[in-house]
Amino acid sequence: MFNYTFQWRQALQKLPLLLDGALVTLQIALMSMAMGIALAVVLAVARNARSRWASAPATAWVEVSRNTPALFQIYMAHFGLGSFGIHLSPYLALLAGITFNNAGYLAETFRGALRAIPGTQLRAARSLGMPSIQAFRLIIMPQMFRIAFLPTTNQMVWAILMTSLGVTVGMNIDLAGVTQDINVRSFRTFEIFAIAAVIYYLIAKSVTLGARLLASRLFRY
Amino acid sequence: MFDTALTLSDLMFLVKGAGMTLAVTFFAVTGGTLLGLLFGVIRANVSVWAALPLIFVLDVFRSVPLLIQLVLANAFQAIAGLNMPPFATSCIVLALYTSAYCTEIVRGAIDAVPTVTRRAARSLGLSWGQDMTYVVFPMALRVALPSWIGLTLGVMKDSALVLWLGLIELLRAGQILVTRLQEPMFILIVVGAIYFLMSFPIARLGGQLEKRWREND
Amino acid sequence: MIEIRDVHKSFGSLEVLKGVNLSVEKGEVVSVIGGSGSGKSTLLTCINGLEPINSGTILVDGVEVHAKTTDLNKLRRKIGIVFQQFNAFPHLTVLENVTLAPRKVLGMTKAEAEEIAVKQLTHVGLADKLSVYPGRLSGGQQQRMAIARALAMSPAYVLFDEVTSALDPQLVGEVLDTLKLLANEGMTMICVTHEMSFARDVSDRVAFFHQGVLAEIAPPDEFFTAPQHPQTREFLSNIR
Repeated sequence: MFNYTFQWRQALQKLPLLLDGALVTLQIALMSMAMGIALAVVLAVARNARSRWASAPATAWVEVSRNTPALFQIYMAHFGLGSFGIHLSPYLALLAGITFNNAGYLAETFRGALRAIPGTQLRAARSLGMPSIQAFRLIIMPQMFRIAFLPTTNQMVWAILMTSLGVTVGMNIDLAGVTQDINVRSFRTFEIFAIAAVIYYLIAKSVTLGARLLASRLFRY
Repeated sequence: MFDTALTLSDLMFLVKGAGMTLAVTFFAVTGGTLLGLLFGVIRANVSVWAALPLIFVLDVFRSVPLLIQLVLANAFQAIAGLNMPPFATSCIVLALYTSAYCTEIVRGAIDAVPTVTRRAARSLGLSWGQDMTYVVFPMALRVALPSWIGLTLGVMKDSALVLWLGLIELLRAGQILVTRLQEPMFILIVVGAIYFLMSFPIARLGGQLEKRWREND
Repeated sequence: MIEIRDVHKSFGSLEVLKGVNLSVEKGEVVSVIGGSGSGKSTLLTCINGLEPINSGTILVDGVEVHAKTTDLNKLRRKIGIVFQQFNAFPHLTVLENVTLAPRKVLGMTKAEAEEIAVKQLTHVGLADKLSVYPGRLSGGQQQRMAIARALAMSPAYVLFDEVTSALDPQLVGEVLDTLKLLANEGMTMICVTHEMSFARDVSDRVAFFHQGVLAEIAPPDEFFTAPQHPQTREFLSNIR
């Protein structure tokens, strides 16, 4: 047992490469969150809509995103769309899969937040002469984002962790992809993945911490 | 209606994959729940400072991608010369991963039992162990169950990642068929339907238990 | 002028307005009193089109509120409403609460809106609370802010829906004083209220709402000293 020499120095030399990968990871996570939040607002509103044509697709989206593995959703984007002649690169498939997942989970979060805002807020806004979209944007949405802020932060951490799944569809420029690339060439699996784990941990913690600071800045009421 | 090359034996291949998914999930949830109970009780009864090492380790399990954890554990067991089959490695990693979330559920549920209730139990002369067994656990169980069901369903989904260690679970089985039959969308929809079939009964069972308990309250 | 003609309104099978008629002239203050659930508040939310009606017409300056062609958002600019539960926007400061609609609905610049808002907030005695969030205000202060918010739109009419009912008793006075101030300045007001002294002292006419209709409407002297309708008499005797 343990007749193995750990070679940390050799692995640490790859740190710049890994950090470049970490930037791509962060980039994908941020983009998937931005698009996911926008889609989730639409889905949350659509789920509450009286029209079946609006609520049924939204419900289907939410159910699929929550009841199948995130990896399944990425496979759908990468392999599944091939049935329609759409061939997404690993990067786009990963982005699409995570965005789909984020949107579904956040839609539920936002829907819960919308239910927590008294209906009288909308009435008050409408009675001041605001059209409904303006009232939603100026009065309801800011309150919704505050209520949903913590779960949204958690989803951001999830998005970062989910980016690691890209490696299974051939993604090789994010942190997990770069790590695997180096691993295949050097076979120092444990060392290189341990460093990647530390980087993921630090990113996740910085996001959580950053979100807390942001919250104290944003929500002073 | 729909021409497919998917044969019955292919379908059985998927079902076998689903069996692997269920097996990994079962061991992971069982092990993770037992560990989670232990850690949760410790967390609820020990000061934050004393539990700090535990809190940190469990937080790592929740802040590092599962895929990385699986690779690391597999590499570690190879280095240590344990010669563990991927199935065992997968179950152990997933169990630890599950325990990290389960600990939070258990701690939250125990904290949800009002202090006055526990004081009342202790003032009747119940020991700490009796208080825990007869008062705290039955009450906490009701609080914890919905989250625990959610966790189980989550682990079932996350167990797809064990395909990276070479296990042929449901998603990997689907992927193999996709490569062979070149009908990606159809096969993946079948795979998704099987995931749905597996999670739906558990979700329903949880919903019913919750409802029955609420009626008894 | 607000003209309400034979308005019927139901929630499902429950008919809350059963043919209401009422005209309110410019500069007039009308108090509407009556038991709980008699439909008084519903009438107000019908006047600014927040609630649809089943039949009848409501005209505001000759414009039919519930006509399909009516631009409700435009109409609502001249009908202010203050609610029982204040409905302060919690994510905006007091100043932002008041400037929001003038800026976003009327298209004023920030400076213009703030000038008006400061004037109105000073008017209701909140000049020192401009940058405070509503969560830090008392109920009475929040309600006065809501009044300033409605007034900042320079409405031709203001509807008050039991604006003191959700307040602690010691805070009622400050809000009523604000209402009196407005009435004396010639604002056209319809006030649904339970405050009889307010109805008596401030309004030009008092209307008694009973079971979905206006049972009696008269100047306060007449109304309180010689009520005609038996239900009015019973209601008033129960209050005293």
